[in-house]
Amino acid sequence: MVTLTIDGKEVKVPQGTTILAAARTAGIRIPTLCYHGRLDPIGSCRMCVVEIEGIAHPMAACTTPVEEGIAVISNSDRIQRIREDSLKLILVNHPLDCPICDKGGECLLQDLVYEFGIDKVEYQAPKPARESLYATPLIRYWPDRCVMCLRCVTACREIKGIGAIEIKGEGYGSQVVVIDAEKCQSCGECLSVCPTGALTENLSRFKGRPWLVERVPTTCTYCGCGCQLELNVQNNRVIGVTTQEGKGVNLGSLCVKGRFGYEFIGSDERLTTPLIKKDGEFKEASWEEALTLVAERFGAIKEEFGPDAIGGLSSARCTNEENYLFQKFMRGVIGTNNVDHCARL
Amino acid sequence: MTNPIKDVLKAKAILAIGTNTTENHPIFANYVKEAVLKRGAKLIVADPRRIGLVDYAAIWLRHRPGTDVALINGLMHIILHKKALHKKEHIETCTVGFEEFAANLEKYTPEYVSKITGVSVEDLEAAAVIYAESSPASILYAMGITQHTSGTDNVKTLGNLAMLCGNIGVVGGGVNPLRGQNNVQGACDLGALPNVFTGYQKVADEEVRQKFAKAWGLEELSAVPGLQVTQMFPAAEEGTLKGMYIMGENPLVSDPDLHHIEKAVKKLDFMVVQDIFLTETAQLADVVLPGVSFAEKDGTFSNSERKVQRVRKAIEPVGEAREDGWIICQLATAMGYSMEYVDSRTVMDELRKLTPSYAGISYERLEKKAIAWPCPTEDHPGTPILHVGEYACGKGVFFPIEFRPPAENPDAEYPFILSTGRVLQHFHTGTMTRKGEGLSQLYPEPLAEVNPADAEKLGVEDGDFVNIASRRGNIKVKAWLTDRPAPGVVFVPFHFGETAVNQLTNAALCPDSGIPEYKVCAVKVEKAS
Repeated sequence: MVTLTIDGKEVKVPQGTTILAAARTAGIRIPTLCYHGRLDPIGSCRMCVVEIEGIAHPMAACTTPVEEGIAVISNSDRIQRIREDSLKLILVNHPLDCPICDKGGECLLQDLVYEFGIDKVEYQAPKPARESLYATPLIRYWPDRCVMCLRCVTACREIKGIGAIEIKGEGYGSQVVVIDAEKCQSCGECLSVCPTGALTENLSRFKGRPWLVERVPTTCTYCGCGCQLELNVQNNRVIGVTTQEGKGVNLGSLCVKGRFGYEFIGSDERLTTPLIKKDGEFKEASWEEALTLVAERFGAIKEEFGPDAIGGLSSARCTNEENYLFQKFMRGVIGTNNVDHCARL
Repeated sequence: MTNPIKDVLKAKAILAIGTNTTENHPIFANYVKEAVLKRGAKLIVADPRRIGLVDYAAIWLRHRPGTDVALINGLMHIILHKKALHKKEHIETCTVGFEEFAANLEKYTPEYVSKITGVSVEDLEAAAVIYAESSPASILYAMGITQHTSGTDNVKTLGNLAMLCGNIGVVGGGVNPLRGQNNVQGACDLGALPNVFTGYQKVADEEVRQKFAKAWGLEELSAVPGLQVTQMFPAAEEGTLKGMYIMGENPLVSDPDLHHIEKAVKKLDFMVVQDIFLTETAQLADVVLPGVSFAEKDGTFSNSERKVQRVRKAIEPVGEAREDGWIICQLATAMGYSMEYVDSRTVMDELRKLTPSYAGISYERLEKKAIAWPCPTEDHPGTPILHVGEYACGKGVFFPIEFRPPAENPDAEYPFILSTGRVLQHFHTGTMTRKGEGLSQLYPEPLAEVNPADAEKLGVEDGDFVNIASRRGNIKVKAWLTDRPAPGVVFVPFHFGETAVNQLTNAALCPDSGIPEYKVCAVKVEKAS
């Protein structure tokens, strides 16, 4: 273990811990922008700079490992100025278009600018027109909003093991570009780690402000990984899917189906009423009509041919409870073990 | 799965066989890649197709479709007979049947196996050494292993390999089938199978039947195991099955040899389909009942690692659609047996009283944390890794397994092998993923993956339409020239009802599991006019 002090408070942490992690253990908040819990420290934003007694230059807390006996000062006038300047430099590029930004209300940059009370930016810079084509049609890239934190690039490389995107260009002309469009799987990992509205989802764009949607935690309906996600609901419609960092087997990560495959829920093609076929055509029916007919017909088949003349297919898409009820119905009510589902298919 | 998903991060070697993980289990694939790129694990990919994981593999064994038993027997021959890298102590103390198994391996020399599989002797040796010398080593597989007439043999052979190298019951090891659907594990666990009640309690067992009959207030329950899905349709065709109740399944796209399925369904006296869309199957129903999606219901799913997790209602059902559980209960009541539950929690409370492996899994506990079964009591933490200390049924059993070729092999008339499966952007019969714009923008239409060498012989260019025909049917589909399939093999995804590749597939079943041989049938491929 290594012992150090942060703002005079003694902290003991294992060797190799960063100053940022040590501060968090001690309950001391150091502001961050590019830092993300699932990624190796990036060290691009300079928001987490701290002073270490006896060292002239401020150090980035997210990339600097602790050392025995060091005294860290998490905030000072000088540190405050550096952080403010870092934010101002970002704002030179970043438009204050929060009113039309999908990320407005849950934007890390917005929060930091608010926290530091920055109401004007003295710096100006040329703003070259930039191409904003992105790797996938499901995500829109807004180069002006991009703060070059590198979270997206790092996540694509580290979490997905792909590396489909990279930062290219110089200075104010820098932007995220696709280096291998074929490798991009449209998983939206980049989108989910973006701290600002530089990457926004195209399917739910302008559909709901973060503070107006309800987020319901649930389990994904596709493959057997069992990823944990949140359905974003507004006016009884699912308008998006988000995750919580570090949550579930997926640790907040999703694939293209989990993140973007929610449109079917509100599809116009959904069945909304029971249907009974008459003369080869489906006619809308009430629940009572439909259930009575089914009960009569199954009853008649059971009577004439025995329960084993009826078979039931349950569903791997349905819940445990529903599968239990289905087999209870087939075994207990119909009286047959002819019950299976698509595990084999 | 014997081990949790994230356990693969602790593996020193990973054998991924018959699993296109990056497309079918993308989040699991994250961890496989992390194990390789960040933690130095060695990945062996065994797959006839050049799947995404190949880019991360230390070695790729491109064996011929349907030769998995020969391939694994070959690896074990090298480990046991050539290099003596097997874990003797584990075999002696924890397993039975080793002598006969070892004798059976003798003929699977690298040369013999190379001839069957098409994999070079050098690659066989390299892969065998990586698996045997890296401990722990994890085996991952999916439908590429099971969807063969030799599916059960394939699985047992992988079990043999894991036991041979002491990889059962250890962190970072195990034999891990990746379940392809959100709750296929749970549907099996909760008795949606013809031979077992919940928790795999056999219907043939008198005591078990009495327990369920008593709990359900019935005098007796049938002792005769029922029909599997792949037996129901033939029974309908023969006329012995008269009525069907199908909930949330689309066999008219997903089942093998569709022309037969359609004929069978049309012979039924009465069919009810309960679904969220008017699927290809629902269109043939007499009555369609509108169920709801996962967003409109409460309950639980059990994932691939046997973890039970909550599903929560986010929106009210659309229109007159109703929760599937409600529909089943109403139907039961209409048939004279009252089934009433306040909510999904009360169903769970009933089922866990009857199901020892789920007994300790309450909604209260699930609010805090997902729990892996077996979990026999409320103070039991659950069982993330199976067979720790000893095998669940005492000793691990080695099975001597012989290679058997697939049921239908290429010949002069049908010279290609057809394999079917999924693509990243779609799911199963496309009922969900093909509604809406997002995913269909990325993968709008079915593509037949054709090796460029074959395409050249056929005079087919990328984007041309080809006719693919088997003895059972034919489809016209756009060709994608890619080195993903080997020469002589074509791959077509089965998500697309309008180009249903299952018109071609062979309904030959694995005799033990009843799983059809989706990965191998013989077809001919011609440029379409």
